[in-house]
Amino acid sequence: MSDVADRVKKIVIEHLGVDEDKVVENANFIEDLGADSLDTVELVMAFEEEFGCEIPDDAAENISTIKNAIDFIESQQG
Amino acid sequence: MRRVVVTGMGMVSSLGVGIKTNWDGLMASQSGIRKIENFDVTDLPAKIGGQVPEGPTEEGKFNADDWVTPKDRRRMDDFIVYGLAAAEQAVQDSGWVADEDEKAWRTGVLIGSGIGGLSEISGGAITVNEGRARRLSPFFIPASLINLVSGHVSIRNGFKGPNHAVVTACSTGAHAIGDAARIIMWDDADVMVAGGAEAAICPLGVAGFCAARALSTGFNDTPERASRPWDKDRDGFVMGDGAGVVVLEELEHAKKRGAKIYGEIVGYGMSGDAHHITAPAEDGNGGYRCMQAALKRAGMNPEDIDYVNAHGTSTPLGDEIELGAVKRLFGDHAYNISMSSTKSAIGHLLGAAGAVEAIFSILAMNTGVVPPTLNLENPSDGCDIDLVPMTPKERKVRTVLSNSFGFGGTNASLVFKAFE
Repeated sequence: MSDVADRVKKIVIEHLGVDEDKVVENANFIEDLGADSLDTVELVMAFEEEFGCEIPDDAAENISTIKNAIDFIESQQG
Repeated sequence: MRRVVVTGMGMVSSLGVGIKTNWDGLMASQSGIRKIENFDVTDLPAKIGGQVPEGPTEEGKFNADDWVTPKDRRRMDDFIVYGLAAAEQAVQDSGWVADEDEKAWRTGVLIGSGIGGLSEISGGAITVNEGRARRLSPFFIPASLINLVSGHVSIRNGFKGPNHAVVTACSTGAHAIGDAARIIMWDDADVMVAGGAEAAICPLGVAGFCAARALSTGFNDTPERASRPWDKDRDGFVMGDGAGVVVLEELEHAKKRGAKIYGEIVGYGMSGDAHHITAPAEDGNGGYRCMQAALKRAGMNPEDIDYVNAHGTSTPLGDEIELGAVKRLFGDHAYNISMSSTKSAIGHLLGAAGAVEAIFSILAMNTGVVPPTLNLENPSDGCDIDLVPMTPKERKVRTVLSNSFGFGGTNASLVFKAFE
């Protein structure tokens, strides 16, 4: 597993207070991990902070799963 | 008018968590006032407060995990967490479960705060000031809003009746209970969860009250001696954090489900000083009319009151003005009552004060013991009625009056009667 994936999962576990085994790549923040709209805003901010990148609102709207987040961040870093 | 009784109580203060912990502390003449150690007080003239002690549940201390998940805690300033904790205790104590639509619709929440999420607000202001507005948490607003205690309590318990919050500085808790009782009297609900919550002991809160010259600054090395209502050496109030919440219920509703009844709320009075933003009117007229209005609503005479839980904040001006108003209203009977200030033990809980003091008043009625005024070693001139100095006192208490007076000149008095 990539370094980015590990760090994304760690943030999700911490912010949503969910069990590690639920935080799989296809997990949807709202449908699978019990997040609400404010949680997802906070998650995106936490990703920005952790990876030192900016995630514009229109990109953030498309980040609804762990995999979406990892892909976006890796695309920025590449 | 429908009659309203108290069927549940919950509390968080510097003495700890729970009704029993708090009452045991008062009965042992303990003080919850300590040095502030969780932030730097070097530049602050007042360095003490009644902060909620964090620690193991079994020791009566506050363990946030008992009340909220770590995830939810980030969405709440401490005043909300304390309010939720007190409300959960009260609801559990009452045994009331709104498990049907009709029950949920007829159960409301009215929990206020004097100041709200000051700590959260000051932190957010720093973030924005540092040019990091986009980093402000999406939970900033809901974590700070005063009515979010009522919001969270309703969400957690499914209470879908009136959802309201009072903000009247240090009269908040009393106004909340009085207004909630009226909501039941007017048949807009059968059950109301009511009270106040506060967590203003943060750098901005302490600095603000220091700037207003309201706080005690002469007892920083002996914190437990700082809150000393009516004592000659008093020099200001001591801030306290915490929350008090009661479950109010329409009498027949409570009887029908066999709820235990702690007492009946029979009187509620309000008045305004129209005098000064922070100082009470010197003739005590606001407090006088407020107590008078509560007695009128109760259909009682001053002679019917056994115990007064005073506002008694330990400020040089306020304590004697209140005592003067009590003496004028009660006449000779002032020398038959007991009057004490529990702020001597837990400090001034601002928007929660009226609620925790209503609970202490009800407990005095239920136990036949009135709580003491700690540190009242040398009463000021004219403080010659029974102010229950230093230690609790046994006496029959059938009817109690609890006073709360707030900045802006807002006053509230509650009268409770033993249920027979």
